[in-house]
Amino acid sequence: MIISLLMIGLVFSGGFAWYMETKRSGQAKFIALLATIILGSSFTLYIATSPESYAELVLLTKVTWISVFNIHYMIALDHLSILLLLLTFILTVVAILISWREITHRQGFYYFNLLTTIAGIIGVFTAVDMFLFFFFWEVMLLPMTALIAIWGHENRHFAAIKFFIFTQVSSLLMLIAIILMAFIHQQQEGQLSFAYQDWLTLTLPADYSYYLMLGFFIAFAVKLPSFPVHSWLPDAHTQAPTAGSVLLAGILLKTGAYGLIRFVIVLFPQASEEFAPIAAVLALISILYGAKMAFAQTDFKRLVAYSSISHMGFVMLALFAFNANAFQGVIITLVAHGLSSAALFTFAGMIYARIHSRDLREMGGFWRASPVMGGFALAFVAAAFGMPGLANFIGEFYSLIGAFQRFPLITILAALGIIGSAIYGMLLFQSSFQGPVKNSFIDLSIRERFIATSLFIFLLVLGLFPNLILQYSFNGGL
Amino acid sequence: MLLSFLPFYPLISFLLIILLKKQLSWWQTSVLSVGAMLLCAITSLVLFNALNQAPDGVITSHLWRWFSLSDGDSFVSVNFSFYLDALSAVMICVVSCVGFLIHLFAAVYMKEDENFGRFMAYMNLFIVAMLILVLADNLVLLYLGWEGVGLCSFLLIGFWYQEKANVLAARKAFIVTRIGDTSMAIGLFMLFNALGSVNIVDVSELASAQWQLGNNDAYWICLLLLGGAVGKSAQLPLQTWLPDAMAGPTPVSALIHAATMVTAGVYLIARMNGLFILSPQVMNYVAWIGAITLLLAGISALVQTDIKRVLAYSTMSQIGYMMLGLGAGAWSAGIFHLMTHAFFKALLFLTAGAVIYALHHQQNVFKMGGVLKRLPFESSLFIIGLICLMALPGTSGFFSKEAIIGQLWSSATAGQALWWCAILGAFLTSVYSCRLFFIAFLGQERFSHPVTNLSNKGLKASLITLALLSLVGGFLVPDLSGVFVNTTQGVNNVVEPKWLHSVAIATPIVGIVFSWFYFSQYRSAEPNIYQQAQLKENQNPIVRYCFSGLGFDHLYELVFIKPFVFIARLNKRDVVDQCIMSITWYVGLWRDILVYSQNGLMRWYAAAFAIGLVCFIGGWLL
Amino acid sequence: MTAIPLEHVLILACILFSIGFFGVIVRKNTLFMLMSLEVMLNAVGVAFIGAGSVWQQADGQVMFVLILTLAAAEVAVGLALLIRLQQRFKSLDIDCLSQLKG
Repeated sequence: MIISLLMIGLVFSGGFAWYMETKRSGQAKFIALLATIILGSSFTLYIATSPESYAELVLLTKVTWISVFNIHYMIALDHLSILLLLLTFILTVVAILISWREITHRQGFYYFNLLTTIAGIIGVFTAVDMFLFFFFWEVMLLPMTALIAIWGHENRHFAAIKFFIFTQVSSLLMLIAIILMAFIHQQQEGQLSFAYQDWLTLTLPADYSYYLMLGFFIAFAVKLPSFPVHSWLPDAHTQAPTAGSVLLAGILLKTGAYGLIRFVIVLFPQASEEFAPIAAVLALISILYGAKMAFAQTDFKRLVAYSSISHMGFVMLALFAFNANAFQGVIITLVAHGLSSAALFTFAGMIYARIHSRDLREMGGFWRASPVMGGFALAFVAAAFGMPGLANFIGEFYSLIGAFQRFPLITILAALGIIGSAIYGMLLFQSSFQGPVKNSFIDLSIRERFIATSLFIFLLVLGLFPNLILQYSFNGGL
Repeated sequence: MLLSFLPFYPLISFLLIILLKKQLSWWQTSVLSVGAMLLCAITSLVLFNALNQAPDGVITSHLWRWFSLSDGDSFVSVNFSFYLDALSAVMICVVSCVGFLIHLFAAVYMKEDENFGRFMAYMNLFIVAMLILVLADNLVLLYLGWEGVGLCSFLLIGFWYQEKANVLAARKAFIVTRIGDTSMAIGLFMLFNALGSVNIVDVSELASAQWQLGNNDAYWICLLLLGGAVGKSAQLPLQTWLPDAMAGPTPVSALIHAATMVTAGVYLIARMNGLFILSPQVMNYVAWIGAITLLLAGISALVQTDIKRVLAYSTMSQIGYMMLGLGAGAWSAGIFHLMTHAFFKALLFLTAGAVIYALHHQQNVFKMGGVLKRLPFESSLFIIGLICLMALPGTSGFFSKEAIIGQLWSSATAGQALWWCAILGAFLTSVYSCRLFFIAFLGQERFSHPVTNLSNKGLKASLITLALLSLVGGFLVPDLSGVFVNTTQGVNNVVEPKWLHSVAIATPIVGIVFSWFYFSQYRSAEPNIYQQAQLKENQNPIVRYCFSGLGFDHLYELVFIKPFVFIARLNKRDVVDQCIMSITWYVGLWRDILVYSQNGLMRWYAAAFAIGLVCFIGGWLL
Repeated sequence: MTAIPLEHVLILACILFSIGFFGVIVRKNTLFMLMSLEVMLNAVGVAFIGAGSVWQQADGQVMFVLILTLAAAEVAVGLALLIRLQQRFKSLDIDCLSQLKG
């Protein structure tokens, strides 16, 4: 029940914020922030006090939705979804705080869209009826597109449409696969079913389980994103408002990884085993290509966007290695990359707010005027290039050590991505914060300091004590 | 218990300085950072003593479980644990004692810098990372320290970050060492995959239990670890970053790029000796890499004009000696040389720093001259450093270097060729040392400003202590027999000729005598003779080739950097995206074609309708 | 009176229809287009009547009456549009109305 309340609460408070904004301007952000904090902390409290262990999926709600097709409103939780939900709430708070001064027009509608996206994402992470999952998959897409199209930068319409079409086309493949699965269930068990748990018991015919798996895989690979379907990401990231980039990098990409874990790997173990070499090669290309492209960029946000592609490559490589270490790596990388890339995007936003440019060539020497910001920027860049002691390192280390057992050669090549990440990380940090002073600049405000400090503390604590989340993590059915 | 505190003194000092930077005065910052180092140094010495009483000669300290790796059914914990044996004890003593002295020096030297607090904080952070590197009981924690020192090195090289050159030097140092780090990381994955452990002690035991001599896995793992060591210790082929790293403040060059961090590679190989023993081939590579680096660096040092770059090349060359020693199986001698080198090279850098400061940041030796007369105190200390570097009998460098050279001839993994390389290197060392000394310290004064003396007591105390350590360091032979137990297996039964030791001892002296005559123009008081010599040197193409570090920078620029940047620039717009977007172009093309038919003219529509109807009916009738 | 063969009637209707249709397509002036439309309608009417007389049924004539009323209505609407066109564009050129151009 709690999850449904969360979603209703988010949409409702989004609507309320929209309404109140028409009464008196400047209220929406307070309402949105308050609602997110209250809902997030009540969720945390609920989980902390819940008697369930959530080691397996625990069904929380089941209400019949469309009885003809045997479609139910089914919500379930396990460690993986709890972890991702907590990440979602943290990043939502960050997203709202970073929008505080950036968004000046149509604030009410902005926060409505923001909270609706979050509601959709929560649905994606918890739905266990595949029809419902698909529904939420679309729900999170629309307001996100609106966020990019209305509050984005100069080329926002193009980016929004590109984002929308990529996701939409790929999710149609998933829809076909979902419907086929339901029919297979009907053939075998006598009635249609969209329930995830029912599908787990199916014995899939070998000849087309591969294609079904591909249907899901492509949808999630686009979202992840993986080479060669990554190209919506740099545009969407670059053009989205800062909060949009934070949500995109921090959470929306994770829905792709979540889908791969929950559905592709678990529902189609044989088919994905068969597909693993191809996926690993794609992941390798993503890692190296992303790193290389990141190096070539001169736009701060575009660079970070390509670095995300590179990092998500590690996730995919580890996922298809099918061993315990690699799965741990996936979980940590998801959380760590969510935090660190969100942090880098907030920094892009902060810099944009100061010098009204994202162009690295126009930056330089910020450190002089803003040592605090420089220090944090270095910390987050260090996290991105896998500095031990910060969470990303644990993720990369686990992923690579796990992947090495299965794909030694690919992993060795993928490890070159570590060099690549150092190269673009240095480029990013040095061209903005070091070098001759080019612009007048001011240091972080208290609000910005709060964002940076909290994200950094999360990264550091997870880097030094990764067991805090590893002990709960998902083992991929191993 | 004391052991677990060790890295936390500088860590706390770092945090305090970073958080309270604005509120702290110069005095408070110095007391905090230097005091933390003093505590560190005392603790290290206490621990060094305590080690004698400890059972097995080992002290361990477990802080917390970092994470655990699954190895099949069982889990292998990777801990934040410290492991102190004779080897790491020597290292922590070197790191914290030399570190303390350099901090003391730096507190005075950097006093006027506007970012003094930041500087001291980085130095402290560096010590934290270095101590973790040295004390780590597993390779992942060691990697943490390894990357940590790399990051601090990056920050300190680029400390004056507004200069473009410093920024580039910092970037180069970080990326080049990162290449080595990656190789080491891959080695780590391989090691875990093969042995199921990353704990240093366990790995050595498992390896010697499971693997035969010359095992293939051992070969690859050692080779990859060697890659890491080569990157960090600025050995061939990843040596290019070290001379540029001299862009940092001089105490940084002394602490990081001479005494401690660059020797981490040597430490790594010594630490993993159990593994390297199993792969004589890699040991041989280690020796050859060391030998070639020591010669190349010696040649480059011969023609440098920047005093710090001479010292940087000399550091590379001395680390080459350590590598050569390790490769030959002379483990203890290698570590011994690491220790004495830390003393005298720190002394050399710091005195060079004092001279540079006195001459208003003049680093070009050709613009110094006659410093001996104007700065007798600094100069005499510099002489002490130089004679240690040249390994004149009685100095610390003598004992350690002779210990290495003495074991080369009969080593199974080294041999006579490498012995000759070492002798040639020793000759080069004394020649470039003399050249440096003649140009900068003898001859006529070639600077116009009056000298500014650093007359701070703390500064002098630190310099004198280092000088004493350099002189008597040769008698502080660490007993490492407990760590390097199985070193004897690599000895050939060759009869050593009798002249072997005499030649080794005589070489530096021959070098001095040779340079006394060869470089006589440089120490001439006559400006004309001096200028002719300088001109001759400048015009010599071979000299210019050697000056650029034997062209490695250009080579790498041509082979790696240019193509990389070129491809990156070429593909800036992302060719995959272009392919995908060509779909939109295709759709757009059809749209344009069809738009043409939608011309809004009703008569056209009617005509099209009629034609369609005719076609339809016609088709139906036929 | 010899009956006119149906073929002739249909040929006449076809010719009339074609003339009307080409008028619609070729003429730019809306008034002439309306007149051509009338010709087309009447061509259909001729065909209906011819057919009615062949089958000896009244239906053909009924249809013709229907077409006549329809034509009247159509002309009424058409002329109204024509006047709006004239008022709006100061021209009777049908090609002025091309805002639906793609």
